[in-house]
Amino acid sequence: MNTRSQVLLWGAQRASAMVLALCVIVHFITIIYAVRNGLSAVEILGRTRGSIAWGGFYFLFVAAVAVHAPIGIRNICVEMGWRSRGVDVLMFVLALTLAMWGLRAVWAVVL
Amino acid sequence: MNALKVKIWRGTESGKFQDYEVPRQESQTVLDVVTYVQRRLDPSLAYRFACRVGVCGSCAMTVNGVSRWTCRTHVSKVAGDSALEIAPLRNLPVVRDLVTDMAEFFDKWAKARGRFTGNKTRKDDFARVEPASKQRRAVDAAIECIGCGVCYSSCEVVTWKPDYLGPAALSRAWTLVNDVRDVAQKERLAAVAGDAGCHACHTQMNCTERCPKHISPTAGIAGLKRAVLAATLKGEL
Amino acid sequence: MALTLFLPLHFWALGNALHGEAKLENFLRWSDQPLVKFGETVLVLLLAAHMAGGVRLLMLEFMTWRNISDQHKTLLAAAAGVSVAVGLAFLLNLV
Repeated sequence: MNTRSQVLLWGAQRASAMVLALCVIVHFITIIYAVRNGLSAVEILGRTRGSIAWGGFYFLFVAAVAVHAPIGIRNICVEMGWRSRGVDVLMFVLALTLAMWGLRAVWAVVL
Repeated sequence: MNALKVKIWRGTESGKFQDYEVPRQESQTVLDVVTYVQRRLDPSLAYRFACRVGVCGSCAMTVNGVSRWTCRTHVSKVAGDSALEIAPLRNLPVVRDLVTDMAEFFDKWAKARGRFTGNKTRKDDFARVEPASKQRRAVDAAIECIGCGVCYSSCEVVTWKPDYLGPAALSRAWTLVNDVRDVAQKERLAAVAGDAGCHACHTQMNCTERCPKHISPTAGIAGLKRAVLAATLKGEL
Repeated sequence: MALTLFLPLHFWALGNALHGEAKLENFLRWSDQPLVKFGETVLVLLLAAHMAGGVRLLMLEFMTWRNISDQHKTLLAAAAGVSVAVGLAFLLNLV
């Protein structure tokens, strides 16, 4: 991978990290609040079903994760010595998988 | 005064620690200890020093696991009641005993384009560099590097990634990136970007912690990361 | 790596809500086991630690208006502290 792409990947990592920092803080607060007195499907769906705000939030969350995690995994692989084209393919596959399953989950709990 | 027990590395990369006993003095540096061993106990010991007053950086070694200038390390500060362990700097080939081969350290300096390239001649007027400018202050914070190798020896990324240019070379590149007279900025940023360059830094900050001149290579490397990103986004890289 | 491996499972579990509330509820009851809760706590700790370290990195790399590299040890301690606090908050609310 040429230098320009490497730098852009680094930039995307940092940018998605900033988005994720905010999303994770919100998510932690939500989860810690939600697990008190046990977790139930009714409670979760009661919060998320039909909510544009939650839908938008989780959409953003999934998008940021689909960028951040695959680049991170790629970095780990490169540092462990794996530098061929395969590592880039893995990154894209991971990104697509996370995006698809994540969006499916958002769809499931919002609609 | 009781004797100080010292273990000193003998040999090359393969070798072992040899035990010596050195009389303790009131105000004694680790360099004093090494000098005593070589002059009085074992003339075959190889080590480097020059100024012995903390300005040249030649006497850098690993003392009880930490890379430092031995002429500026008081025995009372590092040994206490236990033994002193003296080894050569890490991450560099060992020539013999406490002497390392610094060639790759300086080669990386060149690879990071740590040299100045100007475009003026003696016929032109002086360059004007504003001392209070942000760029000059960034240079000032890192310019006092004397190439002692302590940061390079302390860096874990250098240990597991032999290509990594390292804190000193990158810090020097940073001083030149901020030098308003230099005209090779594009080449320099290309030289420091990527896997073996500034992006390999994990911000563990051993370099900043250990630098005897209180330079923060981590800050310089962070600056390089920003500069490289900016140049890439502008299409210059 | 653990976080990335966990994510698909997380998304899959939530996606099950597509098949009706009951399925999600079943999964949640299954996940009430102590071992799963322990695993969740570990993951929360890992995420908190990863994020605290990441925020520390972002500060060191981008906050140029203050010379924070001088305070790197404080930053590191703060990051460690925050992660433990978050992990504890999660655990205490679970039990």
